[in-house]
Amino acid sequence: MLSELGNLSVLISIILSFFLIFFSLRELKLNLIKPTSKIINLSRLQLSFTIMSFIILLLGYLFSDFSIINVYENSHSTKPLLYKVSGVWGNHEGSLLLWINVLVIFSYLFFKKNIGVNKKFQLLTLIFQNILILGFFIFLVTTSNPFSKIFPVPQEGLGLNPILQDPALAIHPPLLYLGFVGSSIYFSAALASLISKFDGKNFATVSKPWVLISWLFQTLGILVGSIWAYYELGWGGYWFWDPVENSSLIPWFLMTALFHSILVLEKRDGIYLWVIILSILTFTMSVTGTFLVRSGILNSVHTFANDPSRGMFILTFLSIMIFSSVYIFYKFSPTEERSFKFFSKEFFILTNNWFMIFFLITVLIGTIYPIFLEVLTSQKISIGPPYYNTVLAPFLIPLLFIMAYGPKTSWIISKPFKIKKILFTLLISSLITFFIIFLIDQKNYLINILLISSLYLILQSLFDLFKNLDNKKQKKTFVNKSSLVSHLGFGLFIFFISLNSIMSIEYDLNIKVGEKKQLNEFEISLDDLKVYDDKNFKKFVGDVTILDNKNNIIEKLKPEIRIYNSPETITYEASIKSNIFSDTYVTMSNISRSEFYNIKFHKKPFMNLIWLSTILIVFGGFLRAIGRKF
Amino acid sequence: MLSKKTKNRSLIFFLSSILLIISVFLSLKVLEDNVLYFLSPTEIKEKQNLNLNKQIRIGGMVKKESIFVNNDEIKFIVTDLKNEIIVIYKGTVPNLFAEGKGVIAEGMLQDKNYFVAKRILAKHDENYMPPKKQVK
Repeated sequence: MLSELGNLSVLISIILSFFLIFFSLRELKLNLIKPTSKIINLSRLQLSFTIMSFIILLLGYLFSDFSIINVYENSHSTKPLLYKVSGVWGNHEGSLLLWINVLVIFSYLFFKKNIGVNKKFQLLTLIFQNILILGFFIFLVTTSNPFSKIFPVPQEGLGLNPILQDPALAIHPPLLYLGFVGSSIYFSAALASLISKFDGKNFATVSKPWVLISWLFQTLGILVGSIWAYYELGWGGYWFWDPVENSSLIPWFLMTALFHSILVLEKRDGIYLWVIILSILTFTMSVTGTFLVRSGILNSVHTFANDPSRGMFILTFLSIMIFSSVYIFYKFSPTEERSFKFFSKEFFILTNNWFMIFFLITVLIGTIYPIFLEVLTSQKISIGPPYYNTVLAPFLIPLLFIMAYGPKTSWIISKPFKIKKILFTLLISSLITFFIIFLIDQKNYLINILLISSLYLILQSLFDLFKNLDNKKQKKTFVNKSSLVSHLGFGLFIFFISLNSIMSIEYDLNIKVGEKKQLNEFEISLDDLKVYDDKNFKKFVGDVTILDNKNNIIEKLKPEIRIYNSPETITYEASIKSNIFSDTYVTMSNISRSEFYNIKFHKKPFMNLIWLSTILIVFGGFLRAIGRKF
Repeated sequence: MLSKKTKNRSLIFFLSSILLIISVFLSLKVLEDNVLYFLSPTEIKEKQNLNLNKQIRIGGMVKKESIFVNNDEIKFIVTDLKNEIIVIYKGTVPNLFAEGKGVIAEGMLQDKNYFVAKRILAKHDENYMPPKKQVK
């Protein structure tokens, strides 16, 4: 029943997309000031039916309708409610439906919000967006229909993988989708803007909020995914330069570059073409990332299921997307005449763009180089994290200094900075760094310089924030509090990850129950192991005690090994005791056919502060999104 | 004649492109040093000029009944069903590591039969399950 309804609403949505494209094309030729209400109504209908199809799938999960293959494969009647809901997008088919929903929702909202801006631009945006929607609908129907039926109807579902049964992972995909699928709307708008010869300044004003929104969700999505990998996958860190992680970071660099440069376009009416290129690239890179991840080409630690037909479809679609954008770009791009003074906000923003593009190229090379090499020479390689760290870290230093000044320069031409003040801030940050080096006895030069430069950014941003607390004064100085907050967050982020990278302590050991092990400054013992029966899993809970040199108990931790029954899977639950300064992290695993347990013990400083500084970065963007005052 | 504005602009464009090219060139050099080659036990057996001083990844299946644990280290055999290699490892194994399952080990070869691993990875798929059969 639900399956038929689902298929029906997908079908109606597809027909509505065709209608939308058809009628929009017709209205383009008519002499109208703004699109007629017919288009708006069609758009509204399309939104309703697409959301309906999603709700139908959701109902399938909620009522455990196992006649739908997708529900049967990914759900189980005893599963907690939250994970029945998140199970909808915890698989390829359902997540594709969510993807289409985001496309349609953004399409509708963008259209609704900009009625009366410019008819041609608006209709063209709608057409391009609907071509995307149509493309992904065809993908859905031909290769990954979530409403396919199974006969005979199974009594019970296979269940969602336990690793995915986690609140962080329940919201991770929707957040990330709102980010990088949300970027589709300015992809369409950019193409429309070129063809309709839309004014650059207006284009910036119209698309700025969408860039900001997608950036906000993208950042949050990456953060949540990273937190999840930290405590659920037991990787014991915040970032691994895994190809799947990289493919979410690449659009992030572009979005960051874009919402900086779009300000130049809005305020100074310059670099229009560059903004257009960035808008087009962001969504293109998002689709590329999806292609790499979903086709199974990437040699990742956590790749998705391999299915060549899905890969082929996305690849074809991607090629069409790239070729037509390049064609439109060359055919319609106007010539530009604008210049900048060296010492202006424009200049600083373009410097930001330079760094973002460099980071992007670095990460992109690291991610796809192995693929090319394998295709060309059939040699399999992978690129280790040292590559990223060595290449990216030195470039962070100038970036941090520049970030300290970007927000306070003014447009067109800025007053030179006071050397005394610069030296003073530099002095303080160096002193603090020396104090830290002295405390923890640390000799890594790169990290030390990173500490100095991040402290510099932190101090400078704090200072400027404090100075500009008064709103009236702010109008004269062009200083933007929201960007100060985000830059402060970034400074803190680099500061804490630098400290984290040099102060982390990590031990791995094999231990039997009742045994004690002496490490340098700690002693670890596995006191006991208890077995419990839970609702849908059996768990082995270890009693791990960590003592210091003087036999004082520092921490008692309870890592778990869980054996789930539907589907049968073993997961390891890390036991983490965290406070604001440091996390103590223990995972335990059993080794086949032996009495030994493998214990990973980490002492990770500032984990919570790393997450918090990322939240501060997002908070800055949020301030910008909610009001002009900031 | 180019106007002053255009000149200025092309200069900025030119300089930043040069900078970008240089930086990318340098990062490619770093890349060279950090490439990890992935080899199967058979490829190791057949390879002529094997560099023992470079880190590599080896992959295959953990042979059944081959895991042996003592206080410091784990010893097991990686097989691609044609050839085998002994792996020694100190550290934590990932949660998908088990006999008869796919595995990737990162480290250095001592000789053609003996591998000291620094890191063990097990492969996940979409559903985060261990693959049923890793080796063709």
